[in-house]
Amino acid sequence: MTSTGENDPRLEKYRRMQRIRQFEAKAEKIHADGEIPGALHTYAGMEASGVGSCMALRDDDYMVGTHRSHGHPIAKGAKLRPLMAELLGKKTGVCSGKGGSMHLSDFSMGSLGETSIVGSGGPVTAGAALGAKLQGLDRVALCFFGDGASSEGAIHEGMNLAAVWSLPAIFVCENNRFGMSTPTSDAVAGENVADRAHGYGIPGVIVDGQDVDAVEAAVREAVDRARAGKGPTLIETKTYRYGDHAVNMGRELTPRGPEHDDWVKRDPITIYRQRLIEAGVAEADLDAIDTAVADEVADALQFARDSEYPVFEEAFDDVFVDRLPIPAEVQAHA
Amino acid sequence: MARITFLEAIMQAQQEEMQRDDKVFIMGEDVRCNVFGTTTGFVDAFGAERVRDTPISENGFIGAAGGAAMVGMRPIVDATISSFLFPAMDQICSIIAKSRYIYGGQAKLPLVIRSCLFYGNSNAAQHSDRPYPMFMNMPGLKIIAPSCASDMKGLLKAAVRSDDPVLSFEDSTCWMAKDEVPEGEHVIPLGKGDIKREGSDVTIIGIAGGVNVALKAARALEQEGISAEVIDPRTLVPLDRELILQSVRKTGRAICVDPAHMTCSAASEISATIVENAFDALRAPVLRVTTPDTHLPFSPHIEKPLYPSVERIVDAARKVVGTRQTQPA
Repeated sequence: MTSTGENDPRLEKYRRMQRIRQFEAKAEKIHADGEIPGALHTYAGMEASGVGSCMALRDDDYMVGTHRSHGHPIAKGAKLRPLMAELLGKKTGVCSGKGGSMHLSDFSMGSLGETSIVGSGGPVTAGAALGAKLQGLDRVALCFFGDGASSEGAIHEGMNLAAVWSLPAIFVCENNRFGMSTPTSDAVAGENVADRAHGYGIPGVIVDGQDVDAVEAAVREAVDRARAGKGPTLIETKTYRYGDHAVNMGRELTPRGPEHDDWVKRDPITIYRQRLIEAGVAEADLDAIDTAVADEVADALQFARDSEYPVFEEAFDDVFVDRLPIPAEVQAHA
Repeated sequence: MARITFLEAIMQAQQEEMQRDDKVFIMGEDVRCNVFGTTTGFVDAFGAERVRDTPISENGFIGAAGGAAMVGMRPIVDATISSFLFPAMDQICSIIAKSRYIYGGQAKLPLVIRSCLFYGNSNAAQHSDRPYPMFMNMPGLKIIAPSCASDMKGLLKAAVRSDDPVLSFEDSTCWMAKDEVPEGEHVIPLGKGDIKREGSDVTIIGIAGGVNVALKAARALEQEGISAEVIDPRTLVPLDRELILQSVRKTGRAICVDPAHMTCSAASEISATIVENAFDALRAPVLRVTTPDTHLPFSPHIEKPLYPSVERIVDAARKVVGTRQTQPA
C-alpha cells in the first residue's frame, strides 16, 4: 500500500477508479480463459461516473445499481476479495456465489442490490429513501441506471414516487451511449434524459461523465438537497462504454465509429491523473497507487481461487429465512 | 372472542400489528379513504406518514415496499384488487422474490402484499382474477389465502411478523361472512393447514372461498350418505402437504376445489402431490373442480356457472365415491 494519501479524498478517488479498471481488466482476461462463468458486462470508460457519485455519499447512504455491477461497489468502497470470489462463483463471494457478475452488491457498504432487470432499481430506491425518512434517519438513496433503463416504466414510477413524496433520493442516469447494441439516439426520445426532470418538477442536471470532480460536485449538491428534505434530483452523466455490451462474446454487437477514439482520448482516469499532477501530486505517488491496486487485485484473485465452491445444499438457502426442503430425488443425483 | 366479518378481521390484524411495531406501515391506493373498510380510523390513529395513499403506480409502490423493507421497515401494501398485481410483476418477481437469494442472504424483505380476489360480481375479465397459482410458481414468495375471518386475522398477523415476503389473497366472497375471532394475540403459523370438517369417504381440499363452497357441498353429501372431509391449506406457500396426504390416506379419494383457472392451479399442484405420494391409497382418480380456462364474462348469466359450485362438487363426489347402494342383508 502507498504510504501517502490514505486520507486524501483526491487520491482516494484516483485509487477507486484504478481499482475498477484493474479489477475488470483482470476479470476480462480470466473470463476469456474460461475461469469466470456466465456473462461479463464491464464498466471500463465509466469509472468517473460511479466514483464521482459514490464519493458524494456517506458510507451509510444507500445505493442501487445495475447488471453492469463491478464499478458501483468498488466506487462505494467495497473490498475486492469477496467481489472477485463472487465472479468465480465461490462460497466466499459477496453473494455466496448466488449472484455473479451482474449482482456484485455489498450490503455492508449500503448497497441494496445491483439488479439485472433494467430499470428495476427505481422503485427500490424510492422505497429505501422512504424507509430512511420514516425511521428519521438522514440517509439518502442513490439509483444508478442506464440510458436504456430510462425507457422503462419502473424508472418513471420510481422518480414520480420520490418526487411526489419529496424523498431523499438521487437518480443518476449513466448515459454510456448504448442500450446493449442500440444507440441512445434510436431509443430515447428528446435530447437528454435529464430533461425529463422538468416533468417531475425536480432539478435535472447534465454533467460530464468523464470528469470525476464534476460528477462528484453535481451529486454532492443533489445529496445536500435530498438530506435537507427538498426531494430528489435527476443527474445524467454523459459517459462512454469502452467494451461491448458484454465482453468475450466472440462477435461485435456494437460497431464503433470514429468517435470511439475521441472518447478514449477523454479517458476518465487519464484526465484525473493529469489534473492531480498539475495540482502538484507527485507522479511517483500515483504510480505507487497503481502498483498497490495491482497487488490488491492479485490478492483478490488468489483469495478467490483458493476459496471453496458452495455445496449443493446451499442452492436451497435464502429463498426464505429457513432452508427449503431438498427433494430426495434431486439430492440423489446432485 | 367476538363475531366479526372477514374485512373487520383484516382491519384488526393491521391495527394490532401497527400498534405493536412502529416499523409497520401501510400504503396503497386509496387506503386513507378506507375503500374496502380495512383501514377505518387509521389516519387518526397512526398519522398520514404511516397510512400512505400512493399514486396509481403498482410497480412503483410495490417495489418501494421492497426497498423500505430492505432498510428495516415492515410495509403492508394494499394493492386492492389482485388483478392490479400484474403491472407489478417486475418488482414482485425480480426484486421482492429474488433479492434475498441473489445477494446470498444479505437482503431481508419483511413485507406483506395484500390484494383481494374480486370475482363473481360482474366485474369482467380484467378485475376478476384469482392469480395466486402464478405466484406459487415463483420461489421466494409465501402465500396465504384464508377462507374465514379467524384464519384471516391470525394469518395476516403472522404474515406481518414474517421476515419473508408474503402475498395475502383475500377472497371477496368471504368479506361479509362473520366468524368467532379471538381478540388480541391470535397468530396462526404460516404453512399449517386446517381440517374444517371431518369425514371418511372423500377428502375435499378447498382453496380460499372454495372452502366455503366445499363445506356446503359436504353438508349436501351428508344427506346422500357420503361423508366428506374438508381440508383448508390456508397457506399455499409453504403448502401443508402432509395434512392433505394424511387425509387422503384415510379416505382414499380426493377432490380439489379451487376458484382459479384449471391449468396449473393450486388444485393441480395438490392433485399431483396426492398422486405422487399417496397413489397406493387412492380408490378413485383425483378430481379438480376449478374455473375452466376461459376468461370471465361480464354477464352474470354466463359468469356464475364458471366457478366451483355445490352442484359441481357433489357431482364430483358421487363420481369418485360411486352411488351408495344399500347392501342386501
